[in-house]
Amino acid sequence: MNFQAVKAIYIFEMTRFFRTMLQSLISPIISTSLYFVVFGAAIGSRIDQVDGVSYGAFIVPGLIMLTVMTQAISNASFGIYFPKFIGTIYELLSAPISFFEIVLGYVGAAATKALFIGGMILLTANLFVDLEILHPVAMVAFLVLTCLSFALFGFIIGIWAKNFEQLQLIPLLVITPLVFLGGSFYSISMLPPIWQTVTLFNPVVYLISGFRWAFFGTADVSIGVSLLAIGLFSGLCLGLIWWIFKTGYRLRS
Amino acid sequence: MSAILQTIDLCKVYDKESGTAFEALKNVNLSIEAGEILALLGPNGAGKTTLISTLCGLVSPTSGTATVGGFDIVHDYRQARALIGLVPQEISLEPFEKLINTVKFSRGLFGKPRNDALIERILRQLSLWDKRNDRIMELSGGMKRRVLIAKALAHEPRVLFLDEPTAGVDVELRKDMWNIVADLKSDGVTIILTTHYIEEAEAIADRIGVINKGEILLVEGKAKLMARMGKKELRIDLQDPVASIPEGLARYHLALGNGGQSLTYSYDTRGERTGITGLLADVAAQGLVLADMETRQSTLEEIFTDLVREDAA
Ligand SMILES: Nc1ncnc2c1ncn2[C@@H]1O[C@H](COP(=O)(O)OP(=O)(O)OP(=O)(O)O)[C@@H](O)[C@H]1O
Ligand SMILES: [Mg+2]
Repeated sequence: MNFQAVKAIYIFEMTRFFRTMLQSLISPIISTSLYFVVFGAAIGSRIDQVDGVSYGAFIVPGLIMLTVMTQAISNASFGIYFPKFIGTIYELLSAPISFFEIVLGYVGAAATKALFIGGMILLTANLFVDLEILHPVAMVAFLVLTCLSFALFGFIIGIWAKNFEQLQLIPLLVITPLVFLGGSFYSISMLPPIWQTVTLFNPVVYLISGFRWAFFGTADVSIGVSLLAIGLFSGLCLGLIWWIFKTGYRLRS
Repeated sequence: MSAILQTIDLCKVYDKESGTAFEALKNVNLSIEAGEILALLGPNGAGKTTLISTLCGLVSPTSGTATVGGFDIVHDYRQARALIGLVPQEISLEPFEKLINTVKFSRGLFGKPRNDALIERILRQLSLWDKRNDRIMELSGGMKRRVLIAKALAHEPRVLFLDEPTAGVDVELRKDMWNIVADLKSDGVTIILTTHYIEEAEAIADRIGVINKGEILLVEGKAKLMARMGKKELRIDLQDPVASIPEGLARYHLALGNGGQSLTYSYDTRGERTGITGLLADVAAQGLVLADMETRQSTLEEIFTDLVREDAA
């Protein structure tokens, strides 16, 4: 195991993050605040409690997930796409490192950034609503797992993308709808039965539900199923990345 | 001495996006001794970069094998690559990073622990130390090329690939580069470089390899090849045309051209004597009046064409 290389990649990536930290933080914080104003205050004032929680508090886990997922994906996809784009990938490919070490460095850094931003959102949310976290350890675990698995997914997008448009495409086309339809702003039980069934095919539902359970102790689906879903997703991504490096797909001609 | 780098029937076929296949390397068999400097010459598209990229792990070989320091480049890639430093042809650097950070990053990537003294020595040697805190995008093209070299040296490679290290580099810096190569050689580093400048190969290489259309045409000691490349031509334009080459000039094996108006003499600049003085005296003795004279040296391209033609014959 080439720990030095993992460390080098991780530090290099984190330096980039801290150099642009203000930009990295400001936009998620502003958009979260906007969500609170619009959904929490304006709409929330007309909605009674959901599952025994005030609407403002109810949407916090979903909002954090929304931000963390998009951040993990965009950080990881950009992190590996940029060296490909400017050609510095040659160094990674010529270094004595395995795919696993490359992934560990890049995905680790992207997940850390997402986690950091997720934490900031939580703090911001705390300004708007009173929050009590029922299962803090589970909450952190869910957050970390989500960051990691979506950073893995982002890494794949970054390798697959041939241009900046493609880099944006998947998050825009797939992730945003899945997150919005995944119960970020409502409980699944509020939907008509037919849509409740359809929703169960949306993997994001399991994450948000599990994460919300960690906050309030109530969930749309059982916590075990949530964990299984996140594990499956991570495994799938890891398998795909292993295949990418084995075949050199879009990396090695 | 033993071979530090060896390729056996190394082949590369590119699958182009258009769906066609392109044979960029054809059964390349190379053996490079530890500590030697090999200059790889060849026209554009000959396969120089492809060969280097294959050995460094950027391109997967289609068939054949290669070893570096006895380690297979595919199966024992960790050990093999740890020995290799690469300075790519294209300048690719993170534009927003600090110079020194990108160099330190390279060292870490190759699994080496931090060594600030070494990094300082490398940067000083490349006259980059004063620029260490500059962002890459603030550097000139020649400086960026030196940063690439610093990155390649940061992990103390035993085999260094330099893909056109002096393209777009000024004369002074080119000389600096040659000195650096000489220093590395004295440390026992094996160097494989590509260049389009014959004088560069002449100045620093021990052996010269010529590659064309994916095939190694020859690998030969410098002195031997230089003799072949040292051919020059002297063209004498005459005031009045002659019908044939005068008897008295037969021993110079001149070629008559331009309707009898010019005589062309081929000679070897490396020979003891070029024979020019004698020729000019004899031309005058024949009563021929000179209108003009011109000498020209075969260009690298011409030499390649010659080699390729010889190869085909
Ligand atoms: N990724 C690729 N896909 C398809 N064909 C390629 C690829 N890379 C190189 N080639 C082709 O392989 C041949 C050899 O290219 P290579 O870059 O090795 O040449 P070179 O000898 O380094 O030339 P130059 O002196 O111009 O740098 C060329 O015909 C080139 O078009
Ligand atoms: Mg080239």
